[in-house]
Amino acid sequence: MKPSSFTHHEVGSIDEAVAALARFSAEGGRILAGGQSLVPMMAFRLAQPTHLIDINRIPGLDRPRLEAGELVIPACVRHAGFHQQVIPGPLGDMLATVVRHIAHVPIRNRGTFCGSIAHADPSAEWPVVLVALDGVVVARGVAGTREIPAAAFFQGIMTTALAEHEMLTEIRLPNAAAGQRYGFCEHARRAGDYAQAIALAGWRISEGVIRQARLAIGGVEPTPRRLPAVEALLDGHAPNDALFSEVADAVAHCVTPMEDPQVSASLRRDLLRATTRRALQRACA
Amino acid sequence: MLHVNGVDHLVCVEARRSLADTLRQDCGLTGTHVGCEHGVCGSCTVIVDGVAVRACLMFAVQAQGLPIRTVEGLACGDILHPLQEAFIAHHGLQCGFCTPGFLMLAAAALEQDAWLDDAAILDLVSSNLCRCTGYQTILAAVKAAAIVMREEA
Repeated sequence: MKPSSFTHHEVGSIDEAVAALARFSAEGGRILAGGQSLVPMMAFRLAQPTHLIDINRIPGLDRPRLEAGELVIPACVRHAGFHQQVIPGPLGDMLATVVRHIAHVPIRNRGTFCGSIAHADPSAEWPVVLVALDGVVVARGVAGTREIPAAAFFQGIMTTALAEHEMLTEIRLPNAAAGQRYGFCEHARRAGDYAQAIALAGWRISEGVIRQARLAIGGVEPTPRRLPAVEALLDGHAPNDALFSEVADAVAHCVTPMEDPQVSASLRRDLLRATTRRALQRACA
Repeated sequence: MLHVNGVDHLVCVEARRSLADTLRQDCGLTGTHVGCEHGVCGSCTVIVDGVAVRACLMFAVQAQGLPIRTVEGLACGDILHPLQEAFIAHHGLQCGFCTPGFLMLAAAALEQDAWLDDAAILDLVSSNLCRCTGYQTILAAVKAAAIVMREEA
């Protein structure tokens, strides 16, 4: 199908974008970044924005940068920008691994990191990264800028803490020190399909045991989240397969999986158990 | 103004008109095919500003002033692009509906890096759908073209 009519506003700065959003959001104005989720929804008429505020030509929004120990990802950094390490070290490596699971090459060439966060699809990869690392979402409205912690950002399926007049201008992820380890695993029916279970683990090894364990899941519940109670099972223990099986069981027991016609709650729980175990194993590799 | 294959096309379209529809209906370039119209099949893949994109997920107004390449611009006169030669030689097409999308997808990737390994080519080719070939012949064609393009580089 064809999208319904809208007015296209090409803006040259974030200030212009925020002003246009303030003016048009109440009557159905939306930000257009990569458009790889919004435009298909428009084609199905699931979304019928009356105004699209196109931020693709705002200069300087397409490059991530390292600033005060944080990786800053502005609003128009494409997924494909993460194919190569954006920064040397474990964080750049992990992002380069995760991006290979996002849709396909032409979609990655247009779709953006921040767009994926703002869209908040429960089966998306970047939101899991954001919550696993306790990143920060920077939102700007006409009244000013505010920072929203990852744990408070996702509120439901495609529902976030962003107000309708706010633009997500950038994401900040804490950079990882040398020695940080990550393990990522996702299950999808075909390469590039929507994930049915996602797990991302991270830790440091000190004196043979796991320290500062992080474990986040996605694709299973309406929003991604960290699992602090399960992380506590990892901290202070030497990594081994018996521990990982125990942790994977604990993860499977503490979630309330979504159901859809393809995947029952019990299957999704099993998929999460398997992806969690593999993510933990990959964090050791 | 759309710059397609080195030619300027002055078109006037609604904001909601996709780049794919505009190329076909307003520029008269029907080589770009439209399949699913929501970014899944890849038939409409074209090269915008050097990278392969889904022309059904981009509005024509967004492509103003950017260099656009479609399958019509792939051959150089009577000389076919190595990918076109390879698709013929390796039976990379049957009905041909998906072919322009696969050609532009692979052209963008191989022109950027003709040394893509087999895993990267598999990842690339998984982007688009073909209902005839079973994909193995498409993979063989892209790999064969890559070898030719390496020699030309």
